[in-house]
Amino acid sequence: MANEAAIINVVARTSLWLQPHRIVLILIALGLVLSAAFFMRWDWLPQYYEMGLIGIWRSLWILAVTCVLGFLLAVPLGLAQAAGSFWFAAPAKVFCTVIRGTPLLIQLWLLYYGLGSLFPQYPWIRESWMWPYLRQAWPYGVLALTLSFAGYEGEVMRGAFAGVPKGQLEAARAFGMSRWKAFRRIWLPQAIYRALPTLTGETVLQLKSTPLVATISVIDIFAVSSKVRQDTYLTYEPLLLLALIYMTITGILVFAFSRIEARIPNKIG
Amino acid sequence: MASTPCPTCPIFPRHVCRRRSRRRLASTSGATLIDALLSASAAGITELLSPYPPGWGGTLLVGLLHSIEIALGATCLGLLIGTGGAYGKLYGGPVVRDLLAVYTTIVRAVPELVLILLLYYAGTDLINQALTAMGYQRVDVSGLAAGIAVLGFVQGAYSTEVIRGAILAIPQGQIEAARAYGMSPGLMLRRITLPSMLPFAIPGLANLWLIATKDTALLAVVGFYELALATRQAAGVTKAYFTFFFAAGVLYLLLSLFSNLVIGRVETWSRRGMPSLKEAR
Repeated sequence: MANEAAIINVVARTSLWLQPHRIVLILIALGLVLSAAFFMRWDWLPQYYEMGLIGIWRSLWILAVTCVLGFLLAVPLGLAQAAGSFWFAAPAKVFCTVIRGTPLLIQLWLLYYGLGSLFPQYPWIRESWMWPYLRQAWPYGVLALTLSFAGYEGEVMRGAFAGVPKGQLEAARAFGMSRWKAFRRIWLPQAIYRALPTLTGETVLQLKSTPLVATISVIDIFAVSSKVRQDTYLTYEPLLLLALIYMTITGILVFAFSRIEARIPNKIG
Repeated sequence: MASTPCPTCPIFPRHVCRRRSRRRLASTSGATLIDALLSASAAGITELLSPYPPGWGGTLLVGLLHSIEIALGATCLGLLIGTGGAYGKLYGGPVVRDLLAVYTTIVRAVPELVLILLLYYAGTDLINQALTAMGYQRVDVSGLAAGIAVLGFVQGAYSTEVIRGAILAIPQGQIEAARAYGMSPGLMLRRITLPSMLPFAIPGLANLWLIATKDTALLAVVGFYELALATRQAAGVTKAYFTFFFAAGVLYLLLSLFSNLVIGRVETWSRRGMPSLKEAR
């Protein structure tokens, strides 16, 4: 019975969505896609297929690492601004303002070209274990993207921490929880629930910033498409495919986050 | 920048140049170099950043001016597209609504860098094809116009959503009252919808303006002359990478902070006669 009702529900929703004009629009879109597939040049695909997969993998990897590290950094930044004394709150505030007030491209270039050209002056840096890493481009890209994510998300976490009702924290203390335990069990989870919808948007924005690392010679999917454009003198095909790849990744991200959000109790506060 | 091939990394001449400078620096001993830098730094930096020709400050300021021009133009174009888009999404027919939904979804899901490249090539191509089809000569689209058009198209998608939300937040009674007074749709837009939408839209639009000022830096990748590209030129010629990128960062930050000040003023102005935010809560 319940199963049948569910099926009827789905059918009703589809028929509501699939109105006549939409069918026409979908047919037009299909026609555009098919004409693109037949009239444009795609013979370069097999040659660059593997390179593209490595590029996608590298983009996703950079996205995951910078989001996780950036979020870990954003929690203390938000906490310092929401509950810290002046000496903690002010530097966190300045950090967030500076990161949010300057373009990511400039931050990236400042780190890679700027810091990268200062480091070799110091012999102790050149002799340290970090030197092999500091000579490559990707640590600078990861650092810049992490700091950027932390700056934006730190501001979000400040609002989220400040938005948790005081009564919740007082109740936790009244139960005899230590400060750390109350933070771990009550304050942080509720703040994360509150920040989650914005977190989806921030992650998508972060995905959209990853192609910038191609400007400092990290070979992600954007750099691969630039290489295809240079090698084959094609303008549109690699870019269109690139846009399609990014849209697919965005779609998957949004879907995954909506599943996570659905698991979280929506009665907050 | 030197672009002679280097055995370690043949693809990226930029990289070569940096590694070379490292090698050159490495040859002198560290202590003397730091001494030299310290003595040179204070005088050297002011000289590098001075606004008159031996210094590169003037180049940076011209770049900043171009950035501001592009951001202003793009925001205005975005507002126009956004207002039209919001009206289309709210009051348009089913086809218009679906097309607008496709527009906003695609623009918000694809990185700005990719969109800028695509729209720049596609836009100039289309214009030139149309011109040759009508029997005119091909033209070179100016960097400023192309930058404004491309960024404006991107901004339009975001401002469509902001303005749509703001129009929905207007109390329904105000619009009904305007209809009851017999106002035409144009008059109602000018006298009722736009002014009463503003306080709801301004935080979002202010955010978009800040994003626009920062997105102008992306145009450097396509080769438009603005602050980021000017900085890169100056840094490439003088090899003072840190100084110049830092200076550019400061300029962008000042622009953001100044915008924040103005935005605060505009927000209080647009909320005049309404309860303040603190009281409303």
